[in-house]
Amino acid sequence: MSYQLDFSPVWDGFPELLWGCVGTIGLALAGMLLATVIGIGGVIMRQSRFASLRYPVIAFVEVIRNTPFLVQIFFIFFALPLVGIRIDPTPTAVLALGINGGAYAIEIIRGGVQSISKGQYEAGLALGLHRSSVFRLIILKPALRAIFPSLTSQFVLLTLTTSIASAISAYELTSVAKRIESDSFRSFEVYFVVTALYLVISGLIMKLLNMFSSRYFDYPVR
Amino acid sequence: MDHGELLFLLKGLQWTVVLSAVGFLFGMAAGLGIALLRTSKFQAVQRITAGYIAVFQGTPLLMQLFVVYYGLALIGLKLDAWLAVAIGFTLHASAYLGEIWRGSIEAVPKGQLEASHALSLGYVSRMKDIVLPQAFRISLPATIGFLVQLIKGTSLASIVGFTELTRAGAIISNQIFRPLLVFGIVALLYFVICWPLSLYGARLESRFVQPAH
Repeated sequence: MSYQLDFSPVWDGFPELLWGCVGTIGLALAGMLLATVIGIGGVIMRQSRFASLRYPVIAFVEVIRNTPFLVQIFFIFFALPLVGIRIDPTPTAVLALGINGGAYAIEIIRGGVQSISKGQYEAGLALGLHRSSVFRLIILKPALRAIFPSLTSQFVLLTLTTSIASAISAYELTSVAKRIESDSFRSFEVYFVVTALYLVISGLIMKLLNMFSSRYFDYPVR
Repeated sequence: MDHGELLFLLKGLQWTVVLSAVGFLFGMAAGLGIALLRTSKFQAVQRITAGYIAVFQGTPLLMQLFVVYYGLALIGLKLDAWLAVAIGFTLHASAYLGEIWRGSIEAVPKGQLEASHALSLGYVSRMKDIVLPQAFRISLPATIGFLVQLIKGTSLASIVGFTELTRAGAIISNQIFRPLLVFGIVALLYFVICWPLSLYGARLESRFVQPAH
């Protein structure tokens, strides 16, 4: 008995799938934004003089990077209601993605910040700039520029990770795919097409980040 | 949480380890092939392997598992869930390791290759005796980093319905209604496996870092 491939349920559900793509891209961008904020904040704490600020960041990075995202998202999903926070699965997923991506971003950005020589910082202070502007203009921006390729590949991984958010039924492509699959039982066809859609999405995200990089870091190296 | 439930988690942990080991070992064998094809002198072979790698690096692991899982059934192979999942992880690992090792092969200093040409070594000997041993050393931190990724990735087998550590945790969490305790323990078990590997990888990496000129 040979199996006949039938893609018609996939084409019928294609508009829904496209909305799923929009959900995935939204989830990924929100997650990246939160991850960047956590990453920069974490690096500032990690560089602090006070050990009580440094050690929590180190522990956070190690715990997050050495446990699966699926376990993290389950943990956050169940923990939030217990501390009295009731939010939908989709914002929960953004939080989980931001926390996960943030831990990786801390390590990546820290590498960039360490590559900036101390003389730069001292020169900035000597020019009479405030400490915060020295950090923002002289340390952070060149550091981000230096590590942006690593950050880009980490953010593409984050984009792919969004599919795991389907485990708590956040609104994104994989959840939509699961719904179409359970209605039509055309599992292979659905997931095959959805995999192709993910390939397009990750390509788009990479292009977007490269565009951002050439805009934002558009100044001569020396 | 009583004794039996903890034992059930440990049983899940055992499957996580088996799945990781199978995926990693077979992935290494296939990955070596991919890396060698990717660095071969035939353009067509380079393109095909580059495409293979790009597809696996540009799509979610979860989708890869789904496609392999249902795809194998489609071509008439009736496999156990765990075998289907293991094949999925093997393919995934082969692409990532292939890309890591391609980079390492290309990072071996050019002079080594030229010297082996000058000694008129054949391809097999050149690779086996000169290039690969050095490439292996260079690739070690990234390879260990990927092993950690893979161990964490096996948690996705739970979504396909295979009872490894994460799914064992979900089952018990549903029984005793203490999700934070159960997933806390599950996370701890993953951490106990992954953290030493990560530390080892980081130590190797810092040892390889060349002093600034």
